[in-house]
Amino acid sequence: MIDLEGVSVTLDGRRVVESVSLAAAAGEWVTLVGANGAGKSTLLRAVAGLVPAEGSIRVGGDEVARLRRRELARRIAVVPQSPAVPRSMSVGEYVLLGRSPFVSYMGSEGRDDLTAAQAALERLDLADFAGRDLTSLSGGERQRAILARALAQEARVLLLDEPTTALDAGRQQQVLELVDELRVEQGLTVLSAMHDLTLAGQYAQRVVLMAHGRVAAQGEAEAVLTVEAIAEHYGAAVRILEGAVVPVRR
Amino acid sequence: MTAAAIPRPHLGAARSFRPVWLLAAAGFLVGSMLVGVLVGPANLGVLDVIRSLLAHAGVPGVHSGLSQTDETILWQIRAPRVVLGGLVGATLATAGASYQGVFRNPLADPYLLGVAAGAGLGATIAVAYAPSRELLPPAAFAGGAVAVTVTYLLGSAAGRERSGATLVLAGVTVVSFFTAVQTFVQQQHADTLQQVYSWILGSLPSSGWSDVVLLLPWVGVSLAALLLHRRLLDVLSLGEEEAATLGVDVGRVRLVVVVAATVGTAGAVAVSGLIGFVGIVVPHAIRLVVGGSYRLVLPLSVVVGAGFLVLADVVARTVLSPAEVPIGVITAFCGAPFFAVVLRTSRKGFR
Repeated sequence: MIDLEGVSVTLDGRRVVESVSLAAAAGEWVTLVGANGAGKSTLLRAVAGLVPAEGSIRVGGDEVARLRRRELARRIAVVPQSPAVPRSMSVGEYVLLGRSPFVSYMGSEGRDDLTAAQAALERLDLADFAGRDLTSLSGGERQRAILARALAQEARVLLLDEPTTALDAGRQQQVLELVDELRVEQGLTVLSAMHDLTLAGQYAQRVVLMAHGRVAAQGEAEAVLTVEAIAEHYGAAVRILEGAVVPVRR
Repeated sequence: MTAAAIPRPHLGAARSFRPVWLLAAAGFLVGSMLVGVLVGPANLGVLDVIRSLLAHAGVPGVHSGLSQTDETILWQIRAPRVVLGGLVGATLATAGASYQGVFRNPLADPYLLGVAAGAGLGATIAVAYAPSRELLPPAAFAGGAVAVTVTYLLGSAAGRERSGATLVLAGVTVVSFFTAVQTFVQQQHADTLQQVYSWILGSLPSSGWSDVVLLLPWVGVSLAALLLHRRLLDVLSLGEEEAATLGVDVGRVRLVVVVAATVGTAGAVAVSGLIGFVGIVVPHAIRLVVGGSYRLVLPLSVVVGAGFLVLADVVARTVLSPAEVPIGVITAFCGAPFFAVVLRTSRKGFR
């Protein structure tokens, strides 16, 4: 579904991503991990067509750079690291914005769009929240609202940039479980960037460890997230206990 | 289950309240316009005026009870002025709301961004050098377009995020510069000083229907284009990147909206001079009541903006009667304190 070959990104004259190749099959969850500044977010933004990239980025077989904005938005839904929360917009209106790629330039939403938005609200248990102000939601509810917006977008690919950083342990788990359910149920392909290595290993079928813009290792979590690799790329002393990455005091 | 059996989903309270608010706003506008045609030195009876209005609207069986002179006062002096005030108010309010949307800045308005100062310079040059009044709107538009472009470039050069502070500072700079040039041109042509000066303070001319005819195409195009972008302005409220991931060409939307808002503002400035604060007061008052979605804020700005300026003009005409206070003084008098309130509350975050 997603194929990257030799992808490099230069921002302000600095090479941020350097010849990255990776692939995510349809229905697969691939997670990018790596220290701050390793290039995870930039790589996600390149896949979303937000920054120009060298090399080949294909989604559903087509080059991202050649797709028009609207077409790209019908294929890829993005959950950004810190989504904007517009003042005094209702949850329903917010989720409806996910239908933008299907609404003509100066047109307005049709019945299909309202139905899709309503279905997304119901799927994420937000139907009763539709009339509430977005700013009145808690962190976890807000994360559900943005997932509902992404779901309303009906894209086959979901990009998540640190989707749970601002949430407590329970909410993190709920959101990730929800993404996993949606992935299975709708056959979504998920490409995410995550800081929590334990969660990364638990949810992704494949983990890609990035360092200095390059892929240092990729594969199943147990093979990639080793004590040695984490020491080398994060400078952290850890133990691995039944798939959990546990920091140890030095 | 057939498609028809699916209940129409209702998404959020704001949508279902829409007709109520539009009706309330329309009532406000009709009331303001009625006050506008009724108040004046000559006392026209309420019922007679209403009958004359109905007769002109083509209601069968109704005849105006006004004398020939009163008819002339109503239809050649008051009515055109009320209509003109309505057009100018609708344009300034809607343009203000739109600028706030594309720049994601609660303080953006035709005046702070330098559009009005630029349009003022253009119009002053036209008054000073060109003989024909038809050249006023295009000259005002050219000036306004140059000014808003410079503001935008300055503001974005100063910071990658076109945040509140940089944009407003850029606007202040541009306003000072354009005002300086305008004053220079004005002093050079002292013969037009009086005309230019009264125009700067902002006032609605009592020149019959000719100004309405002059303004109508500019306002019509501008308002239609802006209203068609109300959904896109909601998408833009998510910020550049998120809007792009929803398939919106942010650059194009911003360009079209800024051009449309500038066209309308320039037209309004050309006929009525510099009437400040309408573009801030009206949209923010609306947001306080109905929320921030541009689907509601833009249409309501058209209607409420029109009513607001008509009322302001009534105050301008009566407060020092028989003399007239420039209407810009009235709007600034109510607008500046309101602006201070917006400034305070907007710290809580517009985004």
